[in-house]
Amino acid sequence: MGKVLQIQPVTRIEGHARISVHLDDDGNVENAYMSLMSLRGFEKFIEGRPAEEVPRIVNRICGICPWMHHTAGNKAVDGCFGVTPTPTGQKLRELLQVMAHINDKILHFFFLAAPDFVLGPDSDYSVRNVMGIVKAAPELAARVVKMRQLGQMMIDRFAGKAIHPIAAVAGGFSKPLSEAERRQMLKDSKELLDFSLFALDFAKNNVFNKYLDVIGELGVITTGFLGTVDRDDGSLRMFDGIQRLMKPDGSFTDFEGVNYLDYLGEHVEPWGYGKMPYAKSWDEGFSLDLDAPKGIYRANTLARINVCDKMGTPKAQEALEAFRNVFGRPAQATLLYHYARLIELVYACERTIELLNWDGITDTDVRAKVTPGAGRGVGIVEAPRGTLIHDYSTDANGCIESANLIVGTTHNIGPMNMSVKQAAASLIKDGTYDQGILNKVEMAVRAYDP
Amino acid sequence: MGVTTALEWLSSCSGCEIAILNIGEALVPLLTEHLDIVHAPVIMDHKYFGQCGDEGGHLEIPQAAVGIVSGGVSNEEHVVVLEEMRKKCTILIALGSCATHGGIPALMNGQNAAQSFAEIYQTPSTDEGASLPDQGVPPLLDRTYALDEKVKVDLMLPGCPPNPAHIAEVITALLENREPKLPTKSVCDTCPTKREGKGNVNKVKRFTENAQFDPDKPISEMRCLLEQGFVCMGPVTVAGCAKYGAPSCIEARVPCRGCFGPVLPKGNQMLDMMNALASNGIDHKSVVDRRSLLRFSGAHGKLRPVRTVTEKEG
Repeated sequence: MGKVLQIQPVTRIEGHARISVHLDDDGNVENAYMSLMSLRGFEKFIEGRPAEEVPRIVNRICGICPWMHHTAGNKAVDGCFGVTPTPTGQKLRELLQVMAHINDKILHFFFLAAPDFVLGPDSDYSVRNVMGIVKAAPELAARVVKMRQLGQMMIDRFAGKAIHPIAAVAGGFSKPLSEAERRQMLKDSKELLDFSLFALDFAKNNVFNKYLDVIGELGVITTGFLGTVDRDDGSLRMFDGIQRLMKPDGSFTDFEGVNYLDYLGEHVEPWGYGKMPYAKSWDEGFSLDLDAPKGIYRANTLARINVCDKMGTPKAQEALEAFRNVFGRPAQATLLYHYARLIELVYACERTIELLNWDGITDTDVRAKVTPGAGRGVGIVEAPRGTLIHDYSTDANGCIESANLIVGTTHNIGPMNMSVKQAAASLIKDGTYDQGILNKVEMAVRAYDP
Repeated sequence: MGVTTALEWLSSCSGCEIAILNIGEALVPLLTEHLDIVHAPVIMDHKYFGQCGDEGGHLEIPQAAVGIVSGGVSNEEHVVVLEEMRKKCTILIALGSCATHGGIPALMNGQNAAQSFAEIYQTPSTDEGASLPDQGVPPLLDRTYALDEKVKVDLMLPGCPPNPAHIAEVITALLENREPKLPTKSVCDTCPTKREGKGNVNKVKRFTENAQFDPDKPISEMRCLLEQGFVCMGPVTVAGCAKYGAPSCIEARVPCRGCFGPVLPKGNQMLDMMNALASNGIDHKSVVDRRSLLRFSGAHGKLRPVRTVTEKEG
């Protein structure tokens, strides 16, 4: 009888998870699992609530990406009530949703992931963290803290709450953007764009080039990808567009989000609360077998970078071209999620500036007339962790009758399990393991930013 | 070395932890000089069962002078983690409204939780025949509890999310060995909007239209949202969310939903609000879904499943 290593809690991630590595009698990996340990039940307890209230309830699904749930929820409510938001209302939603991507990416790369690279994967756990970075690289840390704060506060000052937002509403937005606010945001976003270019450069020199060997091996699996692209030119979209499901060979199908049930299914295993979405439309079922996975695709940064034909903004497009020259399309190496994350950081800053320069952004017609009633709405945005789907149906009183949610992180639960197994099996041999080796297994999870 | 501190999160969303980060630049000296973080899953790699996960079945958190716990208690593992935190920490702080009053996840307390959790695995996108996972995952409790229903809590810091300035105040007060100064008034007491008297409002309306205000004028020129006829939980909610002068939601020109919990820690936001409406001659039946007035404070047995079909929603 072998033994089980319980890596718990999985740390420097944004939720509750456990990795179990099962070793056989010889100390080699028999199997490995990553299980989600929590379940709250949002789909059920929003039933009966007035639908217009729901976008300010479902934001609590995630305190790191509340704007994603808030905007996807509002889109779904628009659908239920049959309302089209005013153009300015819709653009303000996009502005805030894209700005929220900026902080998220700074947070993940520098606060959560960077300690593994800056201090080294094998460094002691007591220093392998953001406090360790402050000591090892104080100037970098000070700049990162300042930039993340700037990004958070430009949302907070205008929209009242950066965490658990309330300002997007059925039919649009709760208040207009003043010219003075627009100018200040523009100034701040230009500073963030400068920082994002610095961050990409820093990571290329200090992480991606330095760890090329590790990138080529750790947690590498072969899967399909899901993301959202512009329906006209195929460029990456965060706020709206058409869904694109890519097979491992790079061929793809585009589909309208409202038809997601024809393309995606959710598989359940008894050992974790998280459901595992898979590509039902591939008609091959579901399997996490490393050599012959079935129905498995990935979402989140690397997926979006892979499925898009191009980036819609100039600096991000330059970065994508440089990335594709080296890693091709689709790129499969798991640690490249970090690289893709920083390309998206550049895009989010550039897109924020574009939106702030849009002619109607300070228009005061921010909310269309809303009449509660029966209907169905599917609201989709690209959350940092993947394609986020909110599907609501309402009764005649405009209260939620039923809801189905597919949350960004869940798309990657299956793939994370595969990456964990691949990493554990290649790193743990004949009973030899230590905290550095087990941290590398966790790094395969951290790349997905669950 | 700084004050040893352990952080944990239970049935939570990470929003409280982001609120800690939103302390901003003052956070750097706090994290590296004043506090000595010994356990904090979100930012550091201390593990429950030894760093290699092979040190037996007892979940271990290091001794610490201060323990900060966010999230409510909704599964058996949360109970074990919370009890270990209580055992190892001299001062235990409940951070955020989930920890102090149940928060949003305690909305589940208003329905048959076992049935609802089962139904989550029967949605249209879920494979047929799936059921609630039950192998090696922590079993769910009958309902979501606030921390003080399970262990003694020394300090409550509500908010969804809590105000970063108050988190900093609590930590600073502990370092200076004094009582922290936290708000005790209501949101209304601290709201700058203009009150002109009740007027002729006798019904409340849903927030399906924006408030009336002149965007070029300061918030003190906007009329009170209750007086505009919207349900606003300001009268029965403890203050503390304001960061730039006005309460956060009012800043966005949106009514308060009570995310800091009741004014008095044991108050009932739903009953207090229905009373407030009634005493102003407003028809309580015009409140759609009155039970969601307990949206942030459904723990402590306040939100319970509807027992009979005759007990209608308001």
